[in-house]
Amino acid sequence: MKSKESTAPKGTNGATERASGESDPAVDRRAFLRTCGLAAPVLLGVFRPPQDLLSQEVGGQEEILYAMGVDIEKCIGCARCVVACKTENEVPVEEHFFNTWIERYVIQSDGEVTVESPNGGIDGWSEIPGDREILKTFFVPKLCNHCDKAPCVQVCPVGATFTTPDGVVLVDDDYCIGCRYCVQACPYGARWIHPEKHVASKCTFCYHRLKDGLVPACVEVCPTEARLFGELGHRANPLERFRRFNQVQVLKHHLNTEPKVFYANLDGEVR
Amino acid sequence: MQGFIFPNEFELQWGLLVVLYPYLTGLVAGAFILASLARVFNVKELEPTYRLSLLTALAFLLVAPLPLLAHLGHPFRSYQIFMTPNPRSAMAMFGFVYAWYLMVVLLLEIWFDYREDMVRWARSSTGFRKWFYLILTLGATDLSEKSLKFDRRIGRWITIVGIPSAFLLHGYVGFIFGSVKANPWWSSVLMPVVFLFSAIVSGIALVLFLFIWVELTRGRKVDMGCTDKLASFLFFAMVVDFSLEMLDFVHRLYEAEESIAILGQLVEGRLFISLIVLQVLLGTVLPIVMLLLVSPALRRGGFLSVSQEMRRMLYLGAAALTQIGIFSIRWNVVIGGQLFSKSFRGLTVYNMEFFGLEGLAMSMFLLVLPLFLLWILTKILPPWMDRGEAEAQPG
Repeated sequence: MKSKESTAPKGTNGATERASGESDPAVDRRAFLRTCGLAAPVLLGVFRPPQDLLSQEVGGQEEILYAMGVDIEKCIGCARCVVACKTENEVPVEEHFFNTWIERYVIQSDGEVTVESPNGGIDGWSEIPGDREILKTFFVPKLCNHCDKAPCVQVCPVGATFTTPDGVVLVDDDYCIGCRYCVQACPYGARWIHPEKHVASKCTFCYHRLKDGLVPACVEVCPTEARLFGELGHRANPLERFRRFNQVQVLKHHLNTEPKVFYANLDGEVR
Repeated sequence: MQGFIFPNEFELQWGLLVVLYPYLTGLVAGAFILASLARVFNVKELEPTYRLSLLTALAFLLVAPLPLLAHLGHPFRSYQIFMTPNPRSAMAMFGFVYAWYLMVVLLLEIWFDYREDMVRWARSSTGFRKWFYLILTLGATDLSEKSLKFDRRIGRWITIVGIPSAFLLHGYVGFIFGSVKANPWWSSVLMPVVFLFSAIVSGIALVLFLFIWVELTRGRKVDMGCTDKLASFLFFAMVVDFSLEMLDFVHRLYEAEESIAILGQLVEGRLFISLIVLQVLLGTVLPIVMLLLVSPALRRGGFLSVSQEMRRMLYLGAAALTQIGIFSIRWNVVIGGQLFSKSFRGLTVYNMEFFGLEGLAMSMFLLVLPLFLLWILTKILPPWMDRGEAEAQPG
């Protein structure tokens, strides 16, 4: 104890205190509390150093946010994307489990709208009765919108559903408790419960492929390039070109979920 | 199926078990709020139901999480809600709200209320029973006037904390549904409030039913002053509850948002029996009329003077009908909210199974279980206020 006291640097509060042994310890405590008080906003995250500064320091990498573009005009309803997705992601082949599916809209002149998606579009399409006066028909590929403000992520009680730093909404199979609240919270019907794993499942943007530098399977197989993939905010990439040269919309804009699947030539009837 | 639904919407996510959950927690919150009327607001007539209400709340609270657990895909992972809750999730708070209510409010209040009796029962018994009650007292066997006064004061404070807690417990369940913006049938700021008032209605109705039933089966004279008071409170609670529901209904109809067409189809078709017939006519309007006519809610002696036995039977009937109505509310919220597609273009159906974890049999079991638990609780902690008798034969 004694030797320690003698080696303590002279002049600091601690050392003088210990040396004198009797000085007021409250002085030190007060100083300590003041330091804590000043540091608290930083520790609690109220004040943070600018994020871009931080990210440059860490890796020097810019933020990546993956997104998809869908051009309704180009979709021919072949559903190759649906099949490719089921194969790539081992989605059960039965009906009613889809990461992505195609809807066909038939809008009559009298305003009546008929929508269908038999087996997600895999089984082909029913014949449109000839006696109807058709205004227009079109196909709409649907999938998880990987919302920036994803309601499913918000409601997950245990945090098993999360958004990756590059903006993809994923589910941790080993963590999901199967409460199904996320399925209820998704406005797009994009989630389903895996019949064997009993956990929530959904489109992953083929995250495993992205990490290998590939595009999602549905984008890869689309024969008409109705789907394309890229990163938001980077000018030299297909998605930003798509967004620049088309009037794009997102689904259910009024719900403020900020989807990252952008549609060109979308009709107002599509929900 | 009718019209178009998204392919993933074929399976209904929340079935009968999830209907039970708000029904059971509603009974808990309602029974507790009734108990607090006697305690905090000193409604003397309700004294005989005070302990019965508390035990009813406890019995139903113990069962309330079971349907949720049974419905989870991975029930063994459910503890993660406590370990790593997502602070942004409404559902993540379930564990904490539940634990708070069970541990801090109900168990404590019951313990303080029964401590004196438990000590007396321990002293007047021998053998196992003596030890059993001694353990229940947790060693606090002081029966001095000072300590009894302390019991009463603490009990009162717990009740005061308990009222907002009961509001929280069930208002929170309403919030779980009301905050789902993807679902226009659920998404309403009124949802927690409607849940709360329907909870109060269901709790009062249940205790009214149990009180008359138990007194009759015990061969005792039913305290009509108490049942009249219960019936009056039930009447007022139902009027408020029904007004709120009507407000919600009219508001939706008047705003007529995008979803109004499909919700209209839903109410006129799939939900006609459970909503219009069971919930509104049989479960709300009829009991309100019955209570209005015979209870002293608005006029001393009621508008229709009937014999005491008749009045008692009408109260029993009104309470039973109210339970049907409240259960229908839960059904119409939970199941009704999933019968239409989020594309607003079609309706689906709910196929209830009989056996299996999510089946009808399981639900019946979970509805009877709290009554069985209540029976056991009344054996251990007799709630009857005729104290002399209870003291002589605890159990």
